[in-house]
Amino acid sequence: MSDRIRIVVLLFPAMLIIVVLFFGGLVVGLMRSFNYMPVIGLTEPNLQAYWSVFTDQEFFLSFLLTFHIAFTSTVISSVLAIGAALLLRRRFVGRALVNFLFQLNLTVPHLVGAIGILYLFSQSGSFARLAAEWGMIAGPADFPELIFDPYAIGIIIQYVWKEIPFIGLIVLANMQSIGEDYESVARSLGATRWQAFRYVLLPLLLPGVLSASVMVFAFTFGAYEIPALLGANFPAALPVLAYRKYTDVDLAARPEAMAMAIVIALLSAVMIVIYLRYSRRRIRD
Amino acid sequence: MLGRDGFGIRSFRILSGIFLIVWLVLPLLPLAIWSFAHGWFYPSLLPNQWSLKAWEYALSDTAGVIDSLWLTIGISLAATFLSILVGVPAGRALGMYKFPGKGLVELLILAPVIVPGIAVVLGIHSIFLYIGLNNTVTGVILVHLVPTLPYMILVMSGIFANFEPAYEAQARSLGASAFKTFWYVTLPAIMPGIVVGGLFAFLVSWSQYILTLLIGGGRVVTLPLLLFNFATSGRNDITGAIGMIYILPGAIILLLTARHLSGRSGAVGGFGQI
Repeated sequence: MSDRIRIVVLLFPAMLIIVVLFFGGLVVGLMRSFNYMPVIGLTEPNLQAYWSVFTDQEFFLSFLLTFHIAFTSTVISSVLAIGAALLLRRRFVGRALVNFLFQLNLTVPHLVGAIGILYLFSQSGSFARLAAEWGMIAGPADFPELIFDPYAIGIIIQYVWKEIPFIGLIVLANMQSIGEDYESVARSLGATRWQAFRYVLLPLLLPGVLSASVMVFAFTFGAYEIPALLGANFPAALPVLAYRKYTDVDLAARPEAMAMAIVIALLSAVMIVIYLRYSRRRIRD
Repeated sequence: MLGRDGFGIRSFRILSGIFLIVWLVLPLLPLAIWSFAHGWFYPSLLPNQWSLKAWEYALSDTAGVIDSLWLTIGISLAATFLSILVGVPAGRALGMYKFPGKGLVELLILAPVIVPGIAVVLGIHSIFLYIGLNNTVTGVILVHLVPTLPYMILVMSGIFANFEPAYEAQARSLGASAFKTFWYVTLPAIMPGIVVGGLFAFLVSWSQYILTLLIGGGRVVTLPLLLFNFATSGRNDITGAIGMIYILPGAIILLLTARHLSGRSGAVGGFGQI
């Protein structure tokens, strides 16, 4: 068997599944978003669904909210993850425990974290009870609204909780493979601790941080169950809105749901481009 | 070494370590406490009464939690098995060969890792409508392949990139059949990769929510769906018990694979989806 045939045989089953399911799903979604579905007699593609989605104020607010959730969660998680990795690369009492909890956290599904955040931060949750115990609030209504709130604070807290270990472990591994020699040289040439970090270590870490953050951004932009549990009803996060439209009794809303799915797909395509750019650069270095 | 750290820095380090430990454990605590609570109302800091009722209910035959647990295990095992079956050969092609179009193939495999499920599952639902796979366990297993298979391929291509094909050639030249070569030479060498990749693919399937919700159409109720329903219906004690059951496999898998779970291994990438 020649190599060429061997490669095709090895790849074929996997490619078939990915192309049919993933790209099939994407293409059918795209066709339906244009109201084009020859099987059910729709043969004239049009932009109706996109028109009604883009002129709908709810979509606009929902998009902004979802972007805010994804962007804020990604930035906060990345910064804190770098801090956590700086901490974990040195020996200190409890390092093994932190390391273990980081790994444990990776295996805990987002949904469980979201329920935990709900029980901690809701207006009758653990923190509200603590505040009441210390006489800081008179009743649950006095506790700041952190769940089902317009700024999606609860959702962001959940993502930060879950993504710090994810980005942190990737950054820590990068730090360990970079080693401390470069920083030592900078320090011996008179750089301060901050300068050695800012001008030597950080630029070396950036490609790794970026490729991890891009995955986090795409995930947080497209996740359903976390905003469905912790988010406000209006505006809802884009995936929640798309699901609602798709399962609406009015079947005419389905193309609009598909149009929203395509918006999410396009945004993640941008993330893929960024990811490829930085993960390639990392290989080249 | 960068010289000795001062007292201030060392204390700061220990303090942030303590803060991190508390912060990482904190969200899991109320779930664990709720599962043993019998009435825990505002403003009590701890339950007024402790009880095992939630656990008795969750583990009883009538509640459906155990059925759902087995169903979820079955679906995740099937998705994992299929991912291994199809992903190992593909990983071999990508890890051991250079060929025209390889970049495109890698892109096709990377895309499902980054593009969120909601973006494709609506279209998949429309396809499954015509072939009658919606509301079936088979349909749910198939749709779980979208996140698990690319992940398995990426892990296996990393394993095969470090695999020495000369061993296979030697076995063949000594008269071993293709099957025997695979069974006695290749398989033992790639087994650690299959085990770790498989366990993590299991977790990726285990954590799927929206794919199951839409393709299962409410008829295929896996553990996360049940958990979500209880969480939104205000039964916090039962939610706590189901939540504890739900995170158990992850904890077990962690104990089995902790040393593979550093950011250095490509395996961690898949955890972006859990």
